[in-house]
Amino acid sequence: MEEIRDRKFVPVTVRFDAEGKMRPIEIEIDEAHKYQIDRIKDVRRAACQSAGGVGDRYTCLIRGQEAYLWFGDGRWWVALKRHPA
Amino acid sequence: MPRNILHIDCNCFYASVEMQRRPELRDKPLAVCGDQEARHGIVLTANYIAKPFGVKTGMAIWQAKQKCPNLIVLPPDYREYIRFSRMAREIYEDYTDQVEPFGLDESWLDVTGSVGLFGSPMAIAKEISERFKFELGITVSIGVANNKITAKLGSDYKKPDAITRIEADNYKQIVYPLPVEDLLYVGPATSRKLRSVGISTIGRLAECPEDFLVRRLGKMGAVLSMFANGRDNSPVCRSDHIQNIKSVGNSATTPRDLVCEDDVRIMLFLLAESVAVRMRELASRCTVVEISVRDSDLYSFTRRRTLQTPTCSSTEIAETALDLFQRSYHWDKPIRSIGVRGAGLVEATSATQLSLFSDDKKRDRWERIDSAMDHLRHRYGYMSIQRAIVRTDPLLAGINPVDDHTIHPVGYFAG
Repeated sequence: MEEIRDRKFVPVTVRFDAEGKMRPIEIEIDEAHKYQIDRIKDVRRAACQSAGGVGDRYTCLIRGQEAYLWFGDGRWWVALKRHPA
Repeated sequence: MPRNILHIDCNCFYASVEMQRRPELRDKPLAVCGDQEARHGIVLTANYIAKPFGVKTGMAIWQAKQKCPNLIVLPPDYREYIRFSRMAREIYEDYTDQVEPFGLDESWLDVTGSVGLFGSPMAIAKEISERFKFELGITVSIGVANNKITAKLGSDYKKPDAITRIEADNYKQIVYPLPVEDLLYVGPATSRKLRSVGISTIGRLAECPEDFLVRRLGKMGAVLSMFANGRDNSPVCRSDHIQNIKSVGNSATTPRDLVCEDDVRIMLFLLAESVAVRMRELASRCTVVEISVRDSDLYSFTRRRTLQTPTCSSTEIAETALDLFQRSYHWDKPIRSIGVRGAGLVEATSATQLSLFSDDKKRDRWERIDSAMDHLRHRYGYMSIQRAIVRTDPLLAGINPVDDHTIHPVGYFAG
């Protein structure tokens, strides 16, 4: 089974273009960690198996690394690795 | 022309949705259960880890916990289930516009016209199954056949996450040994009748002469004979098809058991009022009044009576319902839930055959009182006016059957 991760709802800066298409610009994991999204490589409906939840999955390129960002039911989230308590 | 029908059944739907969104629960026995406080405390869906312990749909929570002490009980989140159901439908509609839902978690698809675009029905079924896993994170069972009834048998045949094709070449081999109860519309009563004459499997039913079944079961005998032989020609409704409403009903599991006729009278009046309101909203009247009663052992029955004149008067519906009840219930057990339904709806404005004997003037007056009550409740709220009889029991009077909506069961025979 896939490693279980934490589902963290995050604030995201989003730009809507004139057609109403939305594009996430920046993810804020916490005060100290804000990430610019350089490029969006793919968007598709997907289940987030590691942390739970279903929505549109954005494959984002951030500082040369790929990361998934989910949008579902009006909220954005990421799947974070679990830190040992 | 032979059709290609898929029946898709989301495995343990409510439980699967909960497991999808909470990964830490995926390896634990789980049951989604109704509200214990309001006495709807029964198992709605159990997952595949809980089922081997004997946890079944319809079981009381305490029974389920006896069978499986580590069972995790979750309340239902219908908003989320409806969202999943809608997303599932979006997948279906990529393949066909003939999608007919059967509850939140099952649907029939007619893909006859899609085969040229997407490949064989089996290929479509595989693709849909894969998409469910990737896009929704839940599994489905799919039946592939040339009619709706056989397709449903197919999706029930192997679970979870399976595809079963049933066609002429393997029909007898797969369907004939199945217990007759697996067939749609063979409930406990029909099952008893069939088994009493030695019909225990669908194969036996299929091979039984139709006229014998009609003698035993009435017109349902002919329908069941057709079903058992895989000869169902009912169409899969289109997505945009709006069903004619044939009946309106309401039922309630009461906050406490009903123990005497006065209790039943209160409930019947409450329910009849809500049914009458909905009929007036639809500008229709009913020609048949039906009651359903479930006792504390969960044994249930329904009784119906045809009226001489169509009505939407709550008093008349309630009095008919009460009379039906008095004739059919003997108080062996207290009652857990009760329902009233108005069926055989006709338009309120259509010409009605006046009866020579019944008192139409009185009926007209009662209907005017009802509509005055509608106005008052619309302006000042549901509790602003109530029948005096209802006030005799504050616990039961607290039920608002108009606004506390229930999810209604669906029927197979579309209107």
